[in-house]
Amino acid sequence: MTEALDPRALVDALFILVLTAFVGYEVVSKVPTMLHTPLMSGANAVHGVIVVGAIIVTATADSPLQLGLGLLGVILGTVNVVGGFVVTDRMLEMFRGRRDDRASGGKASGRKASGGKP
Amino acid sequence: MTTLELATFGVYLVGSVSFVLALKFLASPRTARTGNLLGAAGMALVVGWTVFTAPGLLANWWVLAVGGLIGSVIGVVGARRVPMTAMPQMVAIFNGAGGGAAAVVAVSEFLTATAEGGAGTALLPTIPMIATLLGAVIGSVSLTGSVVAFGKLQGFIAPRPVTYPGSRVVAGLLLAALLVMAVALAFVTNNTTLFLVFVALALVAGVLIVMPIGGADMPVVISLLNSYTGIAVAATGFVLGNYALLIAGTLVGASGAILTQLMCRAMNRSLLNVLFGAFGTGGGTMVAGEGGEQTVRTINAEDAAVLMAYGKSVIIVPGYGMAVAQAQTPVRELMDLLIARGVDVQFAIHPVAGRMPGHMNVLLAEANVPYERLKEMDEINDDFAKTDVALVIGANDVTNPAARTDTTSPIYGMPILNVDHAQHVIVLKRSMAAGFAGIDNPLYADPKTAMLFGDAKDTVEDLVSGVKAA
Repeated sequence: MTEALDPRALVDALFILVLTAFVGYEVVSKVPTMLHTPLMSGANAVHGVIVVGAIIVTATADSPLQLGLGLLGVILGTVNVVGGFVVTDRMLEMFRGRRDDRASGGKASGRKASGGKP
Repeated sequence: MTTLELATFGVYLVGSVSFVLALKFLASPRTARTGNLLGAAGMALVVGWTVFTAPGLLANWWVLAVGGLIGSVIGVVGARRVPMTAMPQMVAIFNGAGGGAAAVVAVSEFLTATAEGGAGTALLPTIPMIATLLGAVIGSVSLTGSVVAFGKLQGFIAPRPVTYPGSRVVAGLLLAALLVMAVALAFVTNNTTLFLVFVALALVAGVLIVMPIGGADMPVVISLLNSYTGIAVAATGFVLGNYALLIAGTLVGASGAILTQLMCRAMNRSLLNVLFGAFGTGGGTMVAGEGGEQTVRTINAEDAAVLMAYGKSVIIVPGYGMAVAQAQTPVRELMDLLIARGVDVQFAIHPVAGRMPGHMNVLLAEANVPYERLKEMDEINDDFAKTDVALVIGANDVTNPAARTDTTSPIYGMPILNVDHAQHVIVLKRSMAAGFAGIDNPLYADPKTAMLFGDAKDTVEDLVSGVKAA
Protein backbone atom coordinates (compact mmCIF):
# COMPACT_ATOMS: atom_id res chain seq x y z
CA MET A 1 0.00 0.00 0.00
CA THR A 2 3.02 2.26 0.39
CA GLU A 3 3.26 3.28 -3.26
CA ALA A 4 -0.12 4.97 -3.15
CA LEU A 5 0.65 6.99 -0.02
CA ASP A 6 2.31 9.91 -1.76
CA PRO A 7 -0.39 12.60 -2.35
CA ARG A 8 1.12 13.44 -5.72
CA ALA A 9 0.81 9.79 -6.80
CA LEU A 10 -2.83 9.76 -5.66
CA VAL A 11 -3.61 12.84 -7.76
CA ASP A 12 -1.87 11.32 -10.78
CA ALA A 13 -3.85 8.11 -10.37
CA LEU A 14 -7.10 10.07 -10.09
CA PHE A 15 -6.34 11.95 -13.33
CA ILE A 16 -5.62 8.69 -15.14
CA LEU A 17 -8.80 7.15 -13.75
CA VAL A 18 -11.09 9.96 -14.90
CA LEU A 19 -9.55 10.39 -18.35
CA THR A 20 -9.47 6.64 -18.99
CA ALA A 21 -13.16 6.41 -18.11
CA PHE A 22 -13.88 8.89 -20.91
CA VAL A 23 -11.73 6.90 -23.33
CA GLY A 24 -13.66 3.73 -22.43
CA TYR A 25 -16.95 5.52 -23.03
CA GLU A 26 -15.89 6.94 -26.42
CA VAL A 27 -14.42 3.70 -27.71
CA VAL A 28 -17.50 1.60 -26.96
CA SER A 29 -20.29 3.94 -27.97
CA LYS A 30 -19.53 3.26 -31.66
CA VAL A 31 -19.67 -0.55 -31.69
CA PRO A 32 -22.35 -2.21 -33.90
CA THR A 33 -24.78 -4.59 -32.13
CA MET A 34 -23.47 -7.72 -33.82
CA LEU A 35 -20.06 -7.20 -32.24
CA HIS A 36 -21.38 -6.66 -28.71
CA THR A 37 -20.73 -10.25 -27.65
CA PRO A 38 -17.11 -10.34 -28.88
CA LEU A 39 -16.58 -6.88 -27.42
CA MET A 40 -17.86 -7.93 -24.00
CA SER A 41 -15.64 -10.97 -24.18
CA GLY A 42 -12.65 -8.89 -25.30
CA ALA A 43 -13.16 -6.38 -22.49
CA ASN A 44 -13.46 -9.35 -20.13
CA ALA A 45 -10.04 -10.54 -21.27
CA VAL A 46 -8.53 -7.08 -20.78
CA HIS A 47 -9.45 -6.97 -17.09
CA GLY A 48 -7.55 -10.24 -16.80
CA VAL A 49 -4.59 -7.88 -16.32
CA ILE A 50 -5.43 -8.44 -12.63
CA VAL A 51 -3.01 -11.37 -12.94
CA VAL A 52 -0.26 -8.71 -12.80
CA GLY A 53 -1.56 -7.69 -9.37
CA ALA A 54 -1.59 -11.34 -8.30
CA ILE A 55 2.01 -11.76 -9.49
CA ILE A 56 3.18 -8.69 -7.55
CA VAL A 57 1.41 -9.90 -4.40
CA THR A 58 2.92 -13.38 -4.81
CA ALA A 59 6.42 -12.04 -5.42
CA THR A 60 6.49 -10.23 -2.08
CA ALA A 61 4.66 -12.97 -0.12
CA ASP A 62 6.53 -14.54 2.80
CA SER A 63 3.91 -16.43 4.83
CA PRO A 64 2.14 -19.64 3.73
CA LEU A 65 -1.22 -17.80 3.85
CA GLN A 66 0.03 -15.08 1.51
CA LEU A 67 1.55 -17.67 -0.81
CA GLY A 68 -1.75 -19.56 -0.86
CA LEU A 69 -3.69 -16.38 -1.67
CA GLY A 70 -1.09 -15.52 -4.32
CA LEU A 71 -1.44 -18.94 -5.93
CA LEU A 72 -5.23 -18.63 -5.95
CA GLY A 73 -5.00 -15.13 -7.45
CA VAL A 74 -2.56 -16.24 -10.14
CA ILE A 75 -4.76 -19.21 -11.11
CA LEU A 76 -7.96 -17.14 -11.26
CA GLY A 77 -6.27 -14.26 -13.09
CA THR A 78 -4.67 -16.58 -15.64
CA VAL A 79 -8.01 -18.31 -16.29
CA ASN A 80 -9.53 -14.88 -16.93
CA VAL A 81 -6.83 -13.59 -19.24
CA VAL A 82 -6.04 -16.76 -21.21
CA GLY A 83 -9.63 -18.01 -21.47
CA GLY A 84 -10.87 -14.51 -22.29
CA PHE A 85 -8.59 -13.92 -25.26
CA VAL A 86 -8.96 -17.48 -26.62
CA VAL A 87 -12.76 -17.46 -26.44
CA THR A 88 -12.91 -14.02 -28.08
CA ASP A 89 -10.62 -15.20 -30.86
CA ARG A 90 -12.88 -18.20 -31.39
CA MET A 91 -15.92 -15.96 -31.78
CA LEU A 92 -14.12 -13.65 -34.20
CA GLU A 93 -12.65 -16.52 -36.18
CA MET A 94 -16.12 -17.11 -37.55
CA PHE A 95 -16.48 -13.59 -38.82
CA ARG A 96 -13.12 -13.80 -40.54
CA GLY A 97 -13.85 -17.21 -42.04
CA ARG A 98 -16.75 -15.61 -43.80
CA ARG A 99 -14.61 -12.88 -45.34
CA ASP A 100 -11.90 -15.25 -46.56
CA ASP A 101 -14.50 -17.36 -48.30
CA ARG A 102 -15.74 -14.40 -50.26
CA ALA A 103 -12.23 -13.42 -51.25
CA SER A 104 -11.08 -16.88 -52.39
CA GLY A 105 -14.01 -18.82 -53.79
CA GLY A 106 -12.23 -22.18 -53.92
CA LYS A 107 -12.23 -22.91 -50.23
CA ALA A 108 -15.81 -21.76 -49.81
CA SER A 109 -17.27 -23.97 -52.52
CA GLY A 110 -15.35 -26.90 -51.09
CA ARG A 111 -16.93 -26.34 -47.72
CA LYS A 112 -20.37 -25.75 -49.15
CA ALA A 113 -20.25 -28.98 -51.14
CA SER A 114 -19.80 -30.95 -47.95
CA GLY A 115 -22.83 -29.10 -46.61
CA GLY A 116 -25.12 -31.44 -48.55
CA LYS A 117 -25.58 -30.24 -52.14
CA PRO A 118 -27.35 -32.87 -54.30
CA MET B 1 13.36 6.83 -10.49
CA THR B 2 15.56 3.93 -11.54
CA THR B 3 16.01 2.78 -15.12
CA LEU B 4 14.02 -0.35 -14.30
CA GLU B 5 11.07 1.66 -12.99
CA LEU B 6 11.23 3.88 -16.07
CA ALA B 7 11.23 0.84 -18.34
CA THR B 8 8.24 -0.57 -16.42
CA PHE B 9 6.31 2.64 -17.05
CA GLY B 10 7.20 2.35 -20.75
CA VAL B 11 5.95 -1.24 -20.92
CA TYR B 12 2.72 -0.31 -19.11
CA LEU B 13 2.20 2.60 -21.50
CA VAL B 14 2.59 0.33 -24.54
CA GLY B 15 0.26 -2.21 -22.90
CA SER B 16 -2.37 0.42 -22.12
CA VAL B 17 -2.33 1.74 -25.69
CA SER B 18 -2.76 -1.81 -26.97
CA PHE B 19 -5.82 -2.29 -24.71
CA VAL B 20 -7.45 0.91 -25.98
CA LEU B 21 -6.71 -0.05 -29.60
CA ALA B 22 -8.00 -3.58 -28.97
CA LEU B 23 -11.38 -2.23 -27.86
CA LYS B 24 -11.40 0.25 -30.75
CA PHE B 25 -10.59 -2.42 -33.36
CA LEU B 26 -13.31 -4.67 -31.92
CA ALA B 27 -15.77 -2.06 -33.20
CA SER B 28 -15.48 -3.23 -36.80
CA PRO B 29 -15.76 -6.76 -38.23
CA ARG B 30 -12.77 -6.09 -40.50
CA THR B 31 -10.38 -5.30 -37.66
CA ALA B 32 -11.96 -7.13 -34.72
CA ARG B 33 -9.70 -10.15 -34.77
CA THR B 34 -6.57 -8.03 -35.16
CA GLY B 35 -7.80 -6.00 -32.20
CA ASN B 36 -8.14 -9.06 -30.03
CA LEU B 37 -4.67 -10.31 -31.00
CA LEU B 38 -3.23 -6.87 -30.34
CA GLY B 39 -4.80 -6.87 -26.88
CA ALA B 40 -3.39 -10.34 -26.21
CA ALA B 41 0.08 -9.25 -27.37
CA GLY B 42 -0.03 -6.17 -25.12
CA MET B 43 -1.17 -8.35 -22.25
CA ALA B 44 1.63 -10.85 -22.85
CA LEU B 45 4.15 -8.01 -22.79
CA VAL B 46 2.81 -6.53 -19.55
CA VAL B 47 2.48 -9.89 -17.77
CA GLY B 48 5.85 -11.15 -19.04
CA TRP B 49 7.61 -7.96 -17.97
CA THR B 50 6.03 -8.16 -14.52
CA VAL B 51 7.11 -11.78 -14.05
CA PHE B 52 10.73 -11.06 -14.94
CA THR B 53 11.08 -7.83 -12.98
CA ALA B 54 8.99 -8.62 -9.89
CA PRO B 55 10.91 -8.34 -6.61
CA GLY B 56 11.48 -11.59 -4.74
CA LEU B 57 10.77 -13.54 -7.89
CA LEU B 58 13.40 -16.19 -7.27
CA ALA B 59 11.93 -17.22 -3.93
CA ASN B 60 8.35 -17.73 -5.14
CA TRP B 61 8.78 -18.51 -8.82
CA TRP B 62 7.19 -21.93 -8.41
CA VAL B 63 3.90 -20.37 -7.29
CA LEU B 64 3.76 -18.35 -10.50
CA ALA B 65 4.73 -21.37 -12.61
CA VAL B 66 2.18 -23.71 -11.02
CA GLY B 67 -0.59 -21.09 -10.92
CA GLY B 68 0.07 -19.95 -14.47
CA LEU B 69 0.10 -23.50 -15.77
CA ILE B 70 -3.14 -24.52 -14.03
CA GLY B 71 -4.86 -21.28 -15.06
CA SER B 72 -3.72 -21.56 -18.69
CA VAL B 73 -4.87 -25.16 -19.01
CA ILE B 74 -8.30 -24.35 -17.55
CA GLY B 75 -8.60 -21.24 -19.73
CA VAL B 76 -7.55 -22.82 -23.02
CA VAL B 77 -9.47 -26.07 -22.56
CA GLY B 78 -12.60 -24.22 -21.40
CA ALA B 79 -12.48 -21.70 -24.23
CA ARG B 80 -11.74 -24.31 -26.93
CA ARG B 81 -14.17 -27.00 -25.82
CA VAL B 82 -17.21 -24.87 -25.10
CA PRO B 83 -20.00 -25.22 -27.70
CA MET B 84 -21.07 -21.99 -29.41
CA THR B 85 -24.37 -21.98 -27.52
CA ALA B 86 -22.57 -21.86 -24.19
CA MET B 87 -20.36 -18.85 -24.96
CA PRO B 88 -22.29 -16.47 -22.66
CA GLN B 89 -21.78 -18.81 -19.68
CA MET B 90 -18.11 -19.06 -20.53
CA VAL B 91 -17.71 -15.28 -20.54
CA ALA B 92 -19.54 -15.23 -17.19
CA ILE B 93 -17.22 -17.76 -15.60
CA PHE B 94 -14.04 -16.09 -16.93
CA ASN B 95 -15.36 -12.80 -15.59
CA GLY B 96 -16.02 -14.42 -12.23
CA ALA B 97 -12.42 -15.67 -12.17
CA GLY B 98 -11.19 -12.11 -12.77
CA GLY B 99 -13.42 -10.75 -10.01
CA GLY B 100 -12.21 -13.46 -7.66
CA ALA B 101 -8.58 -12.64 -8.48
CA ALA B 102 -9.20 -8.94 -7.74
CA ALA B 103 -10.81 -9.85 -4.41
CA VAL B 104 -7.91 -12.16 -3.52
CA VAL B 105 -5.35 -9.45 -4.29
CA ALA B 106 -7.29 -6.94 -2.19
CA VAL B 107 -7.54 -9.39 0.74
CA SER B 108 -3.84 -10.17 0.51
CA GLU B 109 -2.99 -6.44 0.48
CA PHE B 110 -5.16 -5.86 3.55
CA LEU B 111 -3.53 -8.70 5.48
CA THR B 112 -0.03 -7.56 4.51
CA ALA B 113 -0.70 -3.94 5.42
CA THR B 114 -2.30 -4.73 8.80
CA ALA B 115 0.52 -7.15 9.67
CA GLU B 116 3.11 -4.47 8.87
CA GLY B 117 1.24 -1.72 10.71
CA GLY B 118 1.14 -3.78 13.94
CA ALA B 119 -2.50 -4.70 14.60
CA GLY B 120 -4.60 -2.09 16.34
CA THR B 121 -1.90 0.51 16.95
CA ALA B 122 -2.68 3.02 14.21
CA LEU B 123 -5.21 3.24 11.43
CA LEU B 124 -3.95 2.62 7.92
CA PRO B 125 -4.20 5.57 5.49
CA THR B 126 -7.85 6.13 4.56
CA ILE B 127 -7.75 6.48 0.78
CA PRO B 128 -5.77 3.29 -0.01
CA MET B 129 -7.94 1.50 2.57
CA ILE B 130 -11.14 2.61 0.80
CA ALA B 131 -9.69 1.39 -2.51
CA THR B 132 -8.80 -1.95 -0.89
CA LEU B 133 -12.32 -2.33 0.49
CA LEU B 134 -13.80 -1.45 -2.92
CA GLY B 135 -11.62 -4.01 -4.66
CA ALA B 136 -12.55 -6.68 -2.12
CA VAL B 137 -16.29 -6.02 -2.09
CA ILE B 138 -16.81 -5.51 -5.84
CA GLY B 139 -14.50 -8.39 -6.78
CA SER B 140 -16.38 -10.72 -4.40
CA VAL B 141 -19.80 -9.67 -5.71
CA SER B 142 -18.55 -10.19 -9.27
CA LEU B 143 -17.20 -13.65 -8.39
CA THR B 144 -20.35 -15.14 -6.83
CA GLY B 145 -22.71 -13.17 -9.09
CA SER B 146 -20.96 -14.56 -12.17
CA VAL B 147 -21.10 -18.09 -10.79
CA VAL B 148 -24.87 -17.76 -10.25
CA ALA B 149 -25.27 -16.28 -13.76
CA PHE B 150 -23.27 -19.24 -15.12
CA GLY B 151 -25.47 -21.66 -13.17
CA LYS B 152 -28.66 -20.08 -14.45
CA LEU B 153 -27.57 -20.20 -18.09
CA GLN B 154 -26.14 -23.70 -17.75
CA GLY B 155 -29.27 -24.93 -15.97
CA PHE B 156 -27.67 -25.85 -12.61
CA ILE B 157 -29.82 -23.18 -11.00
CA ALA B 158 -33.45 -22.48 -11.93
CA PRO B 159 -33.34 -19.76 -14.60
CA ARG B 160 -36.55 -18.27 -13.23
CA PRO B 161 -36.26 -15.34 -10.86
CA VAL B 162 -35.87 -16.74 -7.35
CA THR B 163 -37.62 -14.52 -4.83
CA TYR B 164 -39.17 -15.06 -1.43
CA PRO B 165 -41.22 -12.77 0.81
CA GLY B 166 -38.98 -10.10 2.23
CA SER B 167 -36.09 -10.92 -0.11
CA ARG B 168 -35.63 -7.24 -0.89
CA VAL B 169 -35.55 -6.38 2.80
CA VAL B 170 -32.83 -8.98 3.37
CA ALA B 171 -30.83 -7.67 0.41
CA GLY B 172 -31.28 -4.09 1.64
CA LEU B 173 -30.14 -4.99 5.15
CA LEU B 174 -27.13 -6.81 3.74
CA LEU B 175 -26.09 -3.81 1.65
CA ALA B 176 -26.56 -1.52 4.65
CA ALA B 177 -24.41 -3.84 6.78
CA LEU B 178 -21.69 -3.83 4.12
CA LEU B 179 -21.73 -0.04 4.04
CA VAL B 180 -21.51 0.26 7.83
CA MET B 181 -18.66 -2.25 7.99
CA ALA B 182 -16.82 -0.45 5.18
CA VAL B 183 -17.06 2.86 7.04
CA ALA B 184 -15.91 1.18 10.25
CA LEU B 185 -12.93 -0.45 8.52
CA ALA B 186 -11.89 2.76 6.81
CA PHE B 187 -12.24 5.16 9.76
CA VAL B 188 -12.48 3.24 13.04
CA THR B 189 -10.62 -0.04 13.10
CA ASN B 190 -8.49 -2.25 10.85
CA ASN B 191 -9.72 -5.40 12.60
CA THR B 192 -8.91 -8.46 10.47
CA THR B 193 -11.93 -10.51 11.60
CA LEU B 194 -14.29 -7.68 10.72
CA PHE B 195 -12.65 -7.45 7.29
CA LEU B 196 -13.07 -11.18 6.65
CA VAL B 197 -16.74 -11.03 7.68
CA PHE B 198 -17.08 -8.05 5.31
CA VAL B 199 -15.68 -10.13 2.43
CA ALA B 200 -17.88 -13.11 3.31
CA LEU B 201 -20.99 -10.91 3.30
CA ALA B 202 -19.94 -9.47 -0.08
CA LEU B 203 -19.79 -13.01 -1.45
CA VAL B 204 -23.33 -13.62 -0.17
CA ALA B 205 -24.46 -10.28 -1.66
CA GLY B 206 -23.32 -11.39 -5.14
CA VAL B 207 -25.62 -14.43 -4.89
CA LEU B 208 -28.56 -12.40 -3.54
CA ILE B 209 -28.22 -9.77 -6.26
CA VAL B 210 -28.33 -12.23 -9.16
CA MET B 211 -30.76 -14.90 -7.85
CA PRO B 212 -33.91 -12.75 -8.28
CA ILE B 213 -33.03 -11.94 -11.91
CA GLY B 214 -34.53 -14.10 -14.66
CA GLY B 215 -32.41 -16.08 -17.11
CA ALA B 216 -33.49 -13.88 -20.03
CA ASP B 217 -31.76 -10.90 -18.42
CA MET B 218 -28.47 -12.72 -17.79
CA PRO B 219 -26.63 -11.05 -20.72
CA VAL B 220 -27.23 -7.67 -19.12
CA VAL B 221 -26.14 -9.04 -15.74
CA ILE B 222 -22.95 -10.54 -17.19
CA SER B 223 -22.16 -7.24 -18.88
CA LEU B 224 -22.75 -5.39 -15.61
CA LEU B 225 -20.58 -7.83 -13.63
CA ASN B 226 -17.91 -7.47 -16.32
CA SER B 227 -17.96 -3.75 -15.63
CA TYR B 228 -17.81 -4.44 -11.87
CA THR B 229 -14.70 -6.59 -12.28
CA GLY B 230 -13.12 -3.75 -14.23
CA ILE B 231 -13.82 -1.37 -11.34
CA ALA B 232 -12.45 -3.89 -8.81
CA VAL B 233 -9.27 -4.24 -10.90
CA ALA B 234 -8.94 -0.46 -11.11
CA ALA B 235 -9.34 -0.23 -7.32
CA THR B 236 -6.58 -2.79 -6.71
CA GLY B 237 -4.42 -0.92 -9.23
CA PHE B 238 -4.96 2.17 -7.10
CA VAL B 239 -3.88 0.27 -3.99
CA LEU B 240 -0.78 -1.19 -5.63
CA GLY B 241 0.05 2.06 -7.42
CA ASN B 242 0.07 0.04 -10.63
CA TYR B 243 -0.94 2.00 -13.74
CA ALA B 244 -1.50 -1.07 -15.94
CA LEU B 245 -4.21 -2.33 -13.57
CA LEU B 246 -5.61 1.15 -13.08
CA ILE B 247 -5.95 1.93 -16.80
CA ALA B 248 -7.14 -1.49 -17.99
CA GLY B 249 -9.61 -1.76 -15.11
CA THR B 250 -11.06 1.70 -15.62
CA LEU B 251 -11.28 1.13 -19.37
CA VAL B 252 -13.33 -2.05 -18.87
CA GLY B 253 -15.36 -0.52 -16.04
CA ALA B 254 -16.44 2.40 -18.24
CA SER B 255 -16.96 0.48 -21.48
CA GLY B 256 -18.81 -2.31 -19.64
CA ALA B 257 -21.16 0.24 -18.10
CA ILE B 258 -21.94 1.73 -21.53
CA LEU B 259 -22.43 -1.71 -23.06
CA THR B 260 -24.85 -2.59 -20.26
CA GLN B 261 -26.79 0.59 -20.98
CA LEU B 262 -26.93 -0.23 -24.70
CA MET B 263 -28.31 -3.70 -23.93
CA CYS B 264 -30.97 -2.31 -21.61
CA ARG B 265 -31.97 0.23 -24.24
CA ALA B 266 -32.36 -2.56 -26.80
CA MET B 267 -34.96 -4.13 -24.49
CA ASN B 268 -36.51 -0.75 -23.71
CA ARG B 269 -36.01 -1.30 -19.99
CA SER B 270 -34.01 0.49 -17.38
CA LEU B 271 -31.14 -1.12 -15.53
CA LEU B 272 -33.08 -0.75 -12.26
CA ASN B 273 -35.98 -2.65 -13.80
CA VAL B 274 -33.62 -5.45 -14.88
CA LEU B 275 -32.05 -5.70 -11.43
CA PHE B 276 -35.14 -5.41 -9.29
CA GLY B 277 -38.02 -6.23 -11.65
CA ALA B 278 -37.95 -10.02 -11.00
CA PHE B 279 -38.83 -10.21 -14.67
CA GLY B 280 -40.65 -13.32 -15.80
CA THR B 281 -42.44 -14.36 -12.62
CA GLY B 282 -45.58 -14.36 -14.73
CA GLY B 283 -47.58 -12.21 -12.33
CA GLY B 284 -50.91 -11.45 -14.00
CA THR B 285 -50.15 -13.44 -17.12
CA MET B 286 -50.43 -17.08 -18.01
CA VAL B 287 -47.51 -19.21 -16.94
CA ALA B 288 -45.57 -21.72 -19.02
CA GLY B 289 -47.33 -24.93 -19.89
CA GLU B 290 -50.74 -23.59 -19.00
CA GLY B 291 -51.34 -22.07 -22.40
CA GLY B 292 -53.86 -24.81 -23.16
CA GLU B 293 -56.55 -22.20 -23.81
CA GLN B 294 -54.79 -21.18 -26.98
CA THR B 295 -55.77 -23.06 -30.10
CA VAL B 296 -52.95 -23.27 -32.58
CA ARG B 297 -52.75 -24.44 -36.16
CA THR B 298 -50.01 -26.90 -37.08
CA ILE B 299 -48.40 -27.50 -40.46
CA ASN B 300 -46.13 -30.25 -41.78
CA ALA B 301 -42.67 -29.65 -43.21
CA GLU B 302 -43.66 -30.38 -46.82
CA ASP B 303 -46.44 -27.78 -46.85
CA ALA B 304 -44.24 -25.23 -45.12
CA ALA B 305 -41.47 -25.84 -47.68
CA VAL B 306 -43.90 -25.34 -50.58
CA LEU B 307 -45.16 -22.12 -49.04
CA MET B 308 -41.62 -20.73 -48.96
CA ALA B 309 -40.42 -22.18 -52.28
CA TYR B 310 -43.25 -20.53 -54.19
CA GLY B 311 -43.17 -17.27 -52.30
CA LYS B 312 -41.37 -14.13 -53.43
CA SER B 313 -39.78 -13.21 -50.13
CA VAL B 314 -38.93 -14.95 -46.88
CA ILE B 315 -37.64 -13.43 -43.66
CA ILE B 316 -35.97 -15.85 -41.27
CA VAL B 317 -36.14 -14.93 -37.58
CA PRO B 318 -33.54 -16.92 -35.62
CA GLY B 319 -33.60 -17.28 -31.85
CA TYR B 320 -32.08 -19.25 -29.04
CA GLY B 321 -33.83 -22.44 -30.25
CA MET B 322 -31.69 -22.35 -33.39
CA ALA B 323 -28.57 -22.04 -31.26
CA VAL B 324 -29.54 -24.93 -28.98
CA ALA B 325 -30.33 -27.24 -31.88
CA GLN B 326 -27.18 -26.12 -33.77
CA ALA B 327 -29.45 -25.60 -36.77
CA GLN B 328 -27.44 -22.78 -38.37
CA THR B 329 -25.85 -24.95 -41.08
CA PRO B 330 -29.11 -26.44 -42.41
CA VAL B 331 -30.59 -22.92 -42.16
CA ARG B 332 -27.83 -21.67 -44.47
CA GLU B 333 -28.58 -24.55 -46.82
CA LEU B 334 -32.27 -23.64 -46.82
CA MET B 335 -31.29 -20.05 -47.63
CA ASP B 336 -29.09 -21.17 -50.55
CA LEU B 337 -31.87 -23.34 -52.02
CA LEU B 338 -34.46 -20.59 -51.74
CA ILE B 339 -32.15 -17.99 -53.27
CA ALA B 340 -31.41 -20.39 -56.14
CA ARG B 341 -35.17 -20.47 -56.81
CA GLY B 342 -35.30 -16.69 -56.93
CA VAL B 343 -36.79 -16.16 -53.47
CA ASP B 344 -35.56 -13.09 -51.61
CA VAL B 345 -34.22 -14.29 -48.25
CA GLN B 346 -33.28 -12.03 -45.35
CA PHE B 347 -32.55 -12.61 -41.68
CA ALA B 348 -34.13 -10.41 -39.02
CA ILE B 349 -31.88 -10.13 -35.99
CA HIS B 350 -33.43 -8.79 -32.82
CA PRO B 351 -30.87 -7.00 -30.63
CA VAL B 352 -31.43 -9.47 -27.78
CA ALA B 353 -32.14 -12.63 -29.80
CA GLY B 354 -30.37 -15.61 -28.27
CA ARG B 355 -28.68 -15.09 -24.97
CA MET B 356 -26.45 -12.15 -25.87
CA PRO B 357 -26.44 -9.33 -28.38
CA GLY B 358 -24.68 -10.56 -31.49
CA HIS B 359 -25.23 -14.23 -30.54
CA MET B 360 -27.18 -14.91 -33.75
CA ASN B 361 -24.67 -13.02 -35.90
CA VAL B 362 -21.85 -15.17 -34.58
CA LEU B 363 -23.71 -18.42 -35.23
CA LEU B 364 -24.88 -17.46 -38.72
CA ALA B 365 -21.43 -16.18 -39.64
CA GLU B 366 -20.11 -19.57 -38.54
CA ALA B 367 -22.50 -21.17 -41.03
CA ASN B 368 -21.32 -18.79 -43.83
CA VAL B 369 -24.46 -16.67 -44.10
CA PRO B 370 -23.32 -13.37 -45.73
CA TYR B 371 -23.36 -10.27 -43.49
CA GLU B 372 -25.55 -8.33 -45.89
CA ARG B 373 -28.45 -10.72 -45.42
CA LEU B 374 -28.47 -10.14 -41.66
CA LYS B 375 -30.70 -7.14 -40.96
CA GLU B 376 -31.09 -5.40 -37.65
CA MET B 377 -34.55 -4.83 -36.24
CA ASP B 378 -35.02 -1.17 -37.20
CA GLU B 379 -33.77 -1.86 -40.70
CA ILE B 380 -36.15 -4.73 -41.47
CA ASN B 381 -39.25 -4.20 -39.34
CA ASP B 382 -41.18 -2.39 -42.11
CA ASP B 383 -40.40 -5.18 -44.60
CA PHE B 384 -42.49 -7.80 -42.77
CA ALA B 385 -45.72 -6.34 -44.18
CA LYS B 386 -44.40 -6.95 -47.72
CA THR B 387 -43.12 -10.44 -46.95
CA ASP B 388 -44.83 -13.70 -47.93
CA VAL B 389 -43.42 -15.93 -45.21
CA ALA B 390 -41.82 -15.16 -41.87
CA LEU B 391 -39.98 -18.25 -40.65
CA VAL B 392 -39.42 -18.09 -36.90
CA ILE B 393 -36.75 -20.57 -35.77
CA GLY B 394 -36.71 -20.98 -32.02
CA ALA B 395 -37.37 -17.32 -31.24
CA ASN B 396 -40.21 -16.45 -28.89
CA ASP B 397 -40.23 -13.37 -26.69
CA VAL B 398 -38.73 -11.10 -29.36
CA THR B 399 -41.72 -11.84 -31.60
CA ASN B 400 -44.42 -11.48 -28.94
CA PRO B 401 -47.04 -8.94 -30.07
CA ALA B 402 -48.19 -8.61 -26.45
CA ALA B 403 -45.17 -6.34 -25.98
CA ARG B 404 -46.92 -3.83 -28.25
CA THR B 405 -50.46 -3.90 -26.88
CA ASP B 406 -50.83 -5.67 -23.55
CA THR B 407 -49.93 -3.23 -20.80
CA THR B 408 -50.11 -6.02 -18.18
CA SER B 409 -47.43 -8.07 -19.97
CA PRO B 410 -44.03 -8.01 -18.28
CA ILE B 411 -42.39 -7.33 -21.64
CA TYR B 412 -44.79 -4.50 -22.51
CA GLY B 413 -42.84 -1.76 -24.30
CA MET B 414 -39.97 -3.96 -25.47
CA PRO B 415 -39.39 -3.37 -29.19
CA ILE B 416 -40.25 -6.55 -31.09
CA LEU B 417 -39.91 -7.85 -34.62
CA ASN B 418 -43.17 -7.29 -36.57
CA VAL B 419 -43.43 -10.96 -37.49
CA ASP B 420 -47.22 -10.86 -37.23
CA HIS B 421 -47.37 -8.37 -40.14
CA ALA B 422 -46.18 -10.99 -42.67
CA GLN B 423 -48.65 -12.82 -44.94
CA HIS B 424 -47.80 -16.19 -43.39
CA VAL B 425 -45.95 -17.01 -40.23
CA ILE B 426 -44.33 -20.40 -39.69
CA VAL B 427 -43.04 -20.99 -36.19
CA LEU B 428 -40.49 -23.74 -35.55
CA LYS B 429 -40.67 -24.72 -31.93
CA ARG B 430 -39.96 -27.73 -29.76
CA SER B 431 -43.21 -27.52 -27.81
CA MET B 432 -45.82 -25.04 -26.63
CA ALA B 433 -43.65 -24.17 -23.62
CA ALA B 434 -43.27 -20.48 -22.93
CA GLY B 435 -40.10 -18.62 -23.82
CA PHE B 436 -37.24 -17.75 -21.51
CA ALA B 437 -39.17 -14.83 -20.07
CA GLY B 438 -41.86 -17.33 -19.01
CA ILE B 439 -44.82 -15.68 -20.72
CA ASP B 440 -47.33 -16.75 -23.40
CA ASN B 441 -47.07 -15.58 -26.98
CA PRO B 442 -50.39 -14.61 -28.68
CA LEU B 443 -48.59 -14.82 -32.04
CA TYR B 444 -49.14 -18.59 -31.96
CA ALA B 445 -52.91 -18.20 -31.78
CA ASP B 446 -52.94 -15.80 -34.76
CA PRO B 447 -54.88 -17.38 -37.68
CA LYS B 448 -51.97 -16.50 -40.02
CA THR B 449 -49.59 -18.54 -37.90
CA ALA B 450 -48.81 -22.22 -38.39
CA MET B 451 -46.74 -24.17 -35.89
CA LEU B 452 -44.14 -26.72 -36.94
CA PHE B 453 -43.13 -28.68 -33.85
CA GLY B 454 -39.87 -30.54 -33.40
CA ASP B 455 -36.13 -30.10 -32.94
CA ALA B 456 -35.08 -27.08 -34.99
CA LYS B 457 -32.24 -28.90 -36.75
CA ASP B 458 -34.37 -31.88 -37.82
CA THR B 459 -37.22 -29.63 -38.87
CA VAL B 460 -35.02 -27.35 -40.96
CA GLU B 461 -33.45 -30.41 -42.61
CA ASP B 462 -36.99 -31.57 -43.46
CA LEU B 463 -37.69 -28.12 -44.90
CA VAL B 464 -34.51 -28.38 -47.00
CA SER B 465 -35.61 -31.70 -48.54
CA GLY B 466 -39.12 -30.27 -48.96
CA VAL B 467 -37.80 -27.29 -50.94
CA LYS B 468 -35.63 -29.60 -53.05
CA ALA B 469 -38.69 -31.67 -53.93
CA ALA B 470 -40.96 -28.71 -54.55
